[in-house]
Amino acid sequence: MSEPIITFEKVNKWYAQFHVLRDIDLEVGHGERIVICGPSGSGKSTLIRCINRLEEHQQGRLVVDGVELSDDVKAIEAIRRKVGLVFQQFNLFPHLTVLENLTLAPMWVMGVPQKEAEERAMAQLTRVRIAEQAQKYPMQLSGGQQQRVAIARALCLTPKIMLFDEPTSALDPEMIKEVLDVIIELAGQGMTMICVSHEMGFAKSVADRVIFMDFGQIVEQNSPEEFFNHPKHERTRDFLSKILSH
Amino acid sequence: MSATSASSVGTFAPIAARPAPVTTRGTLGWVRRNLFGGPGSVLATLTIIAALFYYVPGFIDWAVVNAVTRPDVAACRALDGAGACWGVIAEKYRLILLGRYPFDEQWRPLAATVLMVAMLIASCTRPLWSRWLMLAWVIVFAAFFILMRGGVFGLSAVETDRWGGLPLTLLLSTIGIAAAFPIAVLVALGRRSHLPALRTICIVYVELIRGVPLISVLFMASFMFPLFMPQGVTINVLVRVLVGITLFAAAYLAEVVRGGLQAIPNGQLEAAASLGLSYWQTQRKIVLPQALRLVVPSIMNSFISTFKDTSLVTIVSLYELTGSVTLALSGDSNWRPFFIEAYLFIAAIYWIFCFAMSRYSQWVEQHLNVGHRRA
Repeated sequence: MSEPIITFEKVNKWYAQFHVLRDIDLEVGHGERIVICGPSGSGKSTLIRCINRLEEHQQGRLVVDGVELSDDVKAIEAIRRKVGLVFQQFNLFPHLTVLENLTLAPMWVMGVPQKEAEERAMAQLTRVRIAEQAQKYPMQLSGGQQQRVAIARALCLTPKIMLFDEPTSALDPEMIKEVLDVIIELAGQGMTMICVSHEMGFAKSVADRVIFMDFGQIVEQNSPEEFFNHPKHERTRDFLSKILSH
Repeated sequence: MSATSASSVGTFAPIAARPAPVTTRGTLGWVRRNLFGGPGSVLATLTIIAALFYYVPGFIDWAVVNAVTRPDVAACRALDGAGACWGVIAEKYRLILLGRYPFDEQWRPLAATVLMVAMLIASCTRPLWSRWLMLAWVIVFAAFFILMRGGVFGLSAVETDRWGGLPLTLLLSTIGIAAAFPIAVLVALGRRSHLPALRTICIVYVELIRGVPLISVLFMASFMFPLFMPQGVTINVLVRVLVGITLFAAAYLAEVVRGGLQAIPNGQLEAAASLGLSYWQTQRKIVLPQALRLVVPSIMNSFISTFKDTSLVTIVSLYELTGSVTLALSGDSNWRPFFIEAYLFIAAIYWIFCFAMSRYSQWVEQHLNVGHRRA
């Protein structure tokens, strides 16, 4: 592996007295695709939200694309332009049309002229196969469509890294596939991706590495092959048996 | 068709949509459903009809049939309460509407009022919403002050203590509302700030101003404030009162806006942050458009309150619409008995403005909720 694009060194984080991330050491290579799984409350969402500083860590070092995350506002803004985040609840802006959701950040953060921003937005909407909905408002779309818009919105800043925080957990079963298909397609295009997900089939097909977290720690990480077929830890086996059995 | 399909695989046939059942149709159906729907409803309807029969003819007799519309004191006195004396309005309308403004120059406040009302209507018209509107407002305010104050372009100078009536009401409420709104937004944001000093200042301001009646704010602005000024420095009482009204209205409005801010889910802020938007960009583009839309009815409530609160400036000898009625009648013993008619007259003026504001707010609500309308 060449120089990693994301490095966690002994990262610790607390919510008040609750120790949510404990001595996290992790290196993510350029173009690597990682799926993080684990029970709720294990710290997996917090971990990826630290990468674009939606959450602050209190101890340790976290370096993203050569920039160490600190209270430096400029550094944070620079990181956020390179890192796209897709939320479980989509978090589209309900008062803006789909197109306006997509052009907002390019126009206001990057200073892209409106016409160019719209062209870029349409290209991304085409990529997630939803271009015909550009003039609608988010509330008029289904959950799966909204999540695809959210992915397109993150892509409009041409990020180097894409983070997905349980992107299909809030969706009806019928809509999960359309969103996963889009993510799988992106995964094939060489972008660095970290996805918190319990879709194990998805993990098997796209991940270079699967990470299992519990109690704020990385319990085990391995290639999907090894991870699913030969889990090393008892805790991992127990977790896998619960989510794979049904 | 027979249902005896031999195959074990059923074919699914969606049932075509049918219209909802119509049990009651037309006007008669509506009346039966809404006015005579049950014993309680029947009783209420009959009571209201009876009350209308009892009171409306009497009121029409008083207000229309027996009323005197000429400015004729003798005829009005002869009525002895059997009819309205609208003559008081015919006699005093210039004093009521324009206060103590010099009689021969009264075309000036009239023109200023027409200009202001026209500008208010224009500002409420969507196709005219643009940057030019701001410029137009600056010009209209300048024209308003030049017309009222005079002293240039051959207009004789008229001191602000002679201003009165409707133009003064409009001036106080328009500037009060226009200046209070941005202050309110900043104070509301300040109250939610992470900076403790800023947050404390905003809380103290809101709680202090809300804790006292407007009258005391006006008193302080008018009588106490000059005592703290250095010798020889005076600030026009109109300006002081305007500042008082603005700060008072802003404190209430700030709480209304804060209510809207609290309704915005945290996910919106996180999404904006993850896209790299700065604090002010997030507030301007994401938070405020959604928060303000939620509280349009309450904002309009505050605006209407402020409009009517301007009537309290009489206390510091500024004779706006309400004050000038008192002024018009108290000095004239002939017409003094007919104060009810005069007050009904200004009540009607207040009502027209307030009702217009209320209707406008409904229109704004409808036109702003596009994002929340489905399909």
